[in-house]
Amino acid sequence: MRLLKLTALFILISSIGYTQNNNSKTIFEVDGVCRMCKKRIEKASLKTKGVKSAIWNLETHQLQVIFDEQKVDIETIKSNVSAAGHDTNTARASNEAYGKLFKCCKYRDLKVTEEHKL
Amino acid sequence: MKYLLVILFFIPSLLIAQSRVMGKVIETAADGSVLPLMGANVIWEGSTVGTFSDENGDFILPYNTTYKTIIISYVGFTSKKIKIKDPSVFLKITLTRSDILEDVTVKARKKTTSVSYIASQNISTISSEELLKAACCNLSESFETNPSIDVNFSDAISATKQIKMLGLTSPYILITTENIPSVRGAAQAYGLSFVPGSWVESIQVTKGAGSVVNGFESITGQINAELVKPLTNPKLFVNLYGSLNGRLEMNTHINTRLSPHWNTGLYIHGNSRNETFDKNKDSFLDMPMAKQINLMNKWQYTNLQKGLIGFLNFRFLKDQKQTGQVEYNPSVHKFGSDIWGSEVDTKRFDFSGKFGYVNPEIPYQSLGIQLAYSLHEQQAYFGNRIYDINHKSVYSNLVYNSIISDTRHKIKTGLSLTHDSYREEVDVDNFNRNENSIGGFFEYSYDNLDNFNLTAGLRLDHHNLLGNFLTPRLHLRYAPWGKSALRFSIGRGKRAANIFAENQRLFASNRAINIQNNNGLIYDLDPEIAWNYGISLLQGFNLFERKADILIDFYRTDFKNQVVVDYETPTEINFYNLRGDSYANSLQLEFNYNPLYNLNFKTAFKHYDVKTRYNSGELQKPLTPRERFFANLSYELITTKNPGSWKFDATYNWIGRQRFPSTAQNPQAFQLAANSPPFSTLNAQITKVFSSQFEVYFGGENMTNYSQKNPILGAENPFGSNFDTTFVYGPIFGSMYYAGLRFRLN
Repeated sequence: MRLLKLTALFILISSIGYTQNNNSKTIFEVDGVCRMCKKRIEKASLKTKGVKSAIWNLETHQLQVIFDEQKVDIETIKSNVSAAGHDTNTARASNEAYGKLFKCCKYRDLKVTEEHKL
Repeated sequence: MKYLLVILFFIPSLLIAQSRVMGKVIETAADGSVLPLMGANVIWEGSTVGTFSDENGDFILPYNTTYKTIIISYVGFTSKKIKIKDPSVFLKITLTRSDILEDVTVKARKKTTSVSYIASQNISTISSEELLKAACCNLSESFETNPSIDVNFSDAISATKQIKMLGLTSPYILITTENIPSVRGAAQAYGLSFVPGSWVESIQVTKGAGSVVNGFESITGQINAELVKPLTNPKLFVNLYGSLNGRLEMNTHINTRLSPHWNTGLYIHGNSRNETFDKNKDSFLDMPMAKQINLMNKWQYTNLQKGLIGFLNFRFLKDQKQTGQVEYNPSVHKFGSDIWGSEVDTKRFDFSGKFGYVNPEIPYQSLGIQLAYSLHEQQAYFGNRIYDINHKSVYSNLVYNSIISDTRHKIKTGLSLTHDSYREEVDVDNFNRNENSIGGFFEYSYDNLDNFNLTAGLRLDHHNLLGNFLTPRLHLRYAPWGKSALRFSIGRGKRAANIFAENQRLFASNRAINIQNNNGLIYDLDPEIAWNYGISLLQGFNLFERKADILIDFYRTDFKNQVVVDYETPTEINFYNLRGDSYANSLQLEFNYNPLYNLNFKTAFKHYDVKTRYNSGELQKPLTPRERFFANLSYELITTKNPGSWKFDATYNWIGRQRFPSTAQNPQAFQLAANSPPFSTLNAQITKVFSSQFEVYFGGENMTNYSQKNPILGAENPFGSNFDTTFVYGPIFGSMYYAGLRFRLN
């Protein structure tokens, strides 16, 4: 019984060690204004194959991504985020993608960003 | 136009400026631009009164003169404290980014009772604030303001409260403290009264099959009591309580920080009742004389930089109850045949430990282990009947959390190992039993980050008496439209029925015990197996611009096998395995509404159909009301003239007719009606908060003064064959009033 438990523990610990090697981290800026944007940005990142975790900070506009370097590169993630309508620090969203955003999410519109500010 | 709006916005706030504080939380970015902070936590120091800033960074907080300091915190930012001298001044609060992200803890404002819109399971959480609304006194009494749980007296002499969920008694509910199974086995009858109310931080009530992570035993649902933690509990907490029926309770908590990583707490509880009451003049005490000492020592280790957390708990309990006839004196009358009496002595030791590791680099990976040991010793006699039980239990559970490909797909997997040994003495017979089990589980959760999520779990267990078996559980949640949650669940549970521990009340009767032999492995009986199916709809909406929600749920528990507890022959109690159908259908309609800022209204209607095939035919489960109506109103009055606040809370219950077990074979004098009459009760409590440190409360239970007439059958001859204390459908003691105080020092 004890042996079984130790074996299981060993497997679990080694699996943590194993997965760690495939975890790269990156932080880059993504433009957006509200919680709906946050959901959209994170969803677009997570739907990119190879992305494991994505958290966007509404205040700082920073997107923190954990991904597998062997499966995906940063540019692909950025292009998927921009395809969802959000500008990143290097990839700009097409006017078509941006046009699909809800009115309240039009972050390029000064009026919208001002409304979200003060 | 904009200015007009601003002015309009400020007018009402000027009129009530004294009772509110308003402000805005902002951040100055590196480039000097000013950004509003949404979701910053704003709270009055030393209170639970708080709010979040909205998307513009604005917030409004209720104010009274006892509140002095506002704390503003936000993940990733350094928290700020601001002294409020003039509440009418609009606050502009700038938070600055903190350098170390890991150091920040997230705090959320608690709604006192909340049903989740997001979780795949039907979970309602009862917060500590809600628990204070019914101040007395232990876990068995913590559900007075929650309609999902039904509370009733188990018998006419022990004053023990029994809980039910979905129409079934507590053995079918998995009751855990801090996710470790606790009220089970020998503790089944009185275990809930061994957890003092002040130790409970919050309670999570999950209806339906539950998660596979916590084992295979749960059938109707799970109740988890989260206990107070040394890190967050006040440095010193004292609670005193006294009631007119002679109950005195004392709670003291002392919490100390030993080092940046270690905190410890000592929790002392004592209660006693020395006075004797026999209001209904049946020569029996209406409630037992009792003494309890309950100690807990908790150690908490937190190291967020390294991602390590740990808890160590040690508990010791000594509980003594004496009940029976008023004149009963154990040293003179014990085991005699003149005066009937009973004593139940319990000693219990508990140890539990929890250790967790969260990879700080990869926050979605964690490993946790739970270990628990308990020793429960009960020595009891009821008249001339003896029931002793000794139960040793070991529980261990290893849980690993991670993801598959990304955080939309989460997994939990692990191993559990349990050991239980029971030594029972029942009248002149001994029953000894050892149970061992080893099991593995795997639970997968999917969340589409929008309107759908599911949790699917499977566990495989090997148990020396229950065999090898699979336990599947599935929970789905779908939001078809805004502010809604449609849920579905299905799951299987299997358990060994502890027939004596779970039906301990039978000893306070002269019923002969018959186990109808089935050549099973547990008291010659086979284990219980049941499937539970549930569907529920939660819909939130606005009514006159105030928040409201409606919850409808339907659950069915279908027994494939059951240990039937048959009280239908008045001089006997029969235990046998199910032959035929046994099911419990439960329908609940709930409506919650906040008509005013500080006024909260809850109401619920419940309908049960619980039927079992007995030897004498298919019958409704005895002493289970088919209908129940519940209403609760709570109001908080924050005045500007007087410091502090007043809290009012009232709960009304109407309990429908309940079937009495058949007494047709008794002589005419000992026959009861087929059903009990319906009755209603009213509980109310008023709390006066003087400051964040001190409050007093007083209240009444059963204020309509309802009591069951002749709760004990054959009370005039307790050694005769018709003596029976199990026909209890309602309160035995009429109205009861109490008062208490709480003192906190942070």
